[in-house]
Amino acid sequence: MGPDAAMPETAPGAPSAAAITARRLVGRLAFYTFVVVVGAFFALPMLWLAFAPFDAHPTLAAHPPTEFTLGNFPDLLKNPYALPSLLNSLVLSLATMALVVATAAPAAYALSRVRIPGRDVLLYVLLLFSSVVSGTAAMVPIFLLVFELGLINTQAGVVLVLAGGLIPAGIFMLKDFVDSMPTSYEESARVFGASPFQILRDIVLPHARPGLAVIGVWVFVNVWSNFLIPFILTRDPGKMPAAVVIYNFYSEGGQANLRLISSFGLLYSIPVVVLYLVVNRRYGFRFYGGLKG
Amino acid sequence: MADLEIRGLTRVFPGGVRALDNLDLHIRDGEFFALLGPSGCGKTTLLRSIAGLERPDAGQILIGGRDVTRLPPGARDLAMVFQDYALYPHMTVAENIAYPLKIRRVGRKDRRQTAESVGASLQIKGGMLDRRPGQLSGGQQQRVALARAIAYRPRVFLFDEPLSNLDARLRLEARTFLKQLQRDLGVTTVYVTHDQAEALALADRMAVMERGHIRQLDTPSNCFLRPANTFVASFIGSTPMNLLSATVRDGGCDVAGQRLALPEIVRGQVQSGEAVVLGMRPEYADVSLVEVPEGLSGPVRVLENLGVDSLVTIEIGDLRVQATTPEDCVPALGDRVWLVPDQRRLLVYRADDGERIAVGPAAPFAETTVDAGSL
Repeated sequence: MGPDAAMPETAPGAPSAAAITARRLVGRLAFYTFVVVVGAFFALPMLWLAFAPFDAHPTLAAHPPTEFTLGNFPDLLKNPYALPSLLNSLVLSLATMALVVATAAPAAYALSRVRIPGRDVLLYVLLLFSSVVSGTAAMVPIFLLVFELGLINTQAGVVLVLAGGLIPAGIFMLKDFVDSMPTSYEESARVFGASPFQILRDIVLPHARPGLAVIGVWVFVNVWSNFLIPFILTRDPGKMPAAVVIYNFYSEGGQANLRLISSFGLLYSIPVVVLYLVVNRRYGFRFYGGLKG
Repeated sequence: MADLEIRGLTRVFPGGVRALDNLDLHIRDGEFFALLGPSGCGKTTLLRSIAGLERPDAGQILIGGRDVTRLPPGARDLAMVFQDYALYPHMTVAENIAYPLKIRRVGRKDRRQTAESVGASLQIKGGMLDRRPGQLSGGQQQRVALARAIAYRPRVFLFDEPLSNLDARLRLEARTFLKQLQRDLGVTTVYVTHDQAEALALADRMAVMERGHIRQLDTPSNCFLRPANTFVASFIGSTPMNLLSATVRDGGCDVAGQRLALPEIVRGQVQSGEAVVLGMRPEYADVSLVEVPEGLSGPVRVLENLGVDSLVTIEIGDLRVQATTPEDCVPALGDRVWLVPDQRRLLVYRADDGERIAVGPAAPFAETTVDAGSL
């Protein structure tokens, strides 16, 4: 390159170094402001949940308790539906989780390993159904169906409907986990004489365990927080899960009872956090990849 | 121990690709047999059919005289080592090695004992047994996969390119190790590879495959020295064989406008005017800097240093011919040189079907001249 081709320090009309620095600074400032606002938007309800249950007179604003008390919890226990509803939620969540994992796992395994024409179309149709079945649009048919089956106001009805909505997406996600497992694992076991059951127990399930854990937690959280389906299908307050019961915490005047709602909200959110921590520690949400030399 | 017989094996994939086309093959008891060919030639399909992982459309597979064609893989008494080793990441090395025994419901203690003794014979010992495969190097993983196959005590070993995931240096070590191991165990072994050097080095006999057919079934030295057709000729050899189009005339032939003598044995079997292909390995030709009347002559266009010798690319008419020269007489780029093929090792193929002329007892050279050291 000749000397005449060298670039001048600053081209005429180009912004000076100071201007560039200033612009960069403003850009950063705007970015951080945005991040703080978004962060606060999500953090405020958390703060409220941390403070309000211990406040004798909670308001909708998040602030440290003006008058610290633990009295909200005994009051909550006096409500005849509060604790049983948490138990109902637990039963619904665990039952749905068991049903979804037990049916989605073999289905995902089969769909991953068996080559059938139209397999991918089937998978996407399943996924589409997944969002429709337990969605608002299907509310009336679902109610009629469950009514005809005589399952209105039963836990079984709620579990079946929720599982029906979650299984397709569960299959879809689990299939990815099974796909990541080289077929040579099973083939090598087959050559050594392993039965399909032995292959499933010794090789496929251990390999898919992180995936099963992910699906399990995902189902649990989904059912735990689902309001619509149990709201439509249960009549008896003693059978309602926590997500529905919390809807009833109003005073006679129609005012929301923030003392009960906040303390119940805290109890309601604890199992989900604990579940996440336990599963994360146990399985670490990590994946086994295939081994390569 | 057992021999392995393939009768009329055919496998047609959906879409009409004939991966195996009415294939016959007999692999002797205790033999190290290599299946060699480019990708898509059917060698892996053949191996997987023997294993029972692939169902043939026609034909029979017999192991030790027993028809296993319809048997599931586990009932065929063979062990397979996969290209990716297929070690289970959630099991320790010892559990991996002893997994075939777990399937047979052998007790925990005996399994551990077997893992230890088999592992020790392959230098897998001490803390390594309790590690996970993911913590081992590629070479160690490969040995664990071998140990697992040995622990099963099969009648036949099937290897699906077991060395291809190792780096070049380790591959050579593993190759020597594998050959020694197979000699010691004496188990019939079928070894699939696309690497001709691996097949030549390891096998007692080998089959070179192309599009579902065996193009040559012979010992490695015969495949190297006397390829049966131009396909095998071009596939085998680390420096590719020169395949030169020529026309027979007056007991010799014309190559790119120059004269070259034909091997004596071929002369009676070709007619004047017949189109042939001359096969000449770069190693089997002398490069002369002084004029040789019966040689092909042309300028040197490319020089490649191969270490012990150099690979010289010579432009002869419109052809490019390669030859190796020893390190002490390397020509310079652009030099005019004379190329003199070794008449005993010059191969002549028919231009139409690519088959070698003068097959049979009247081979162009006696068996005693086959020099295994040159492979």
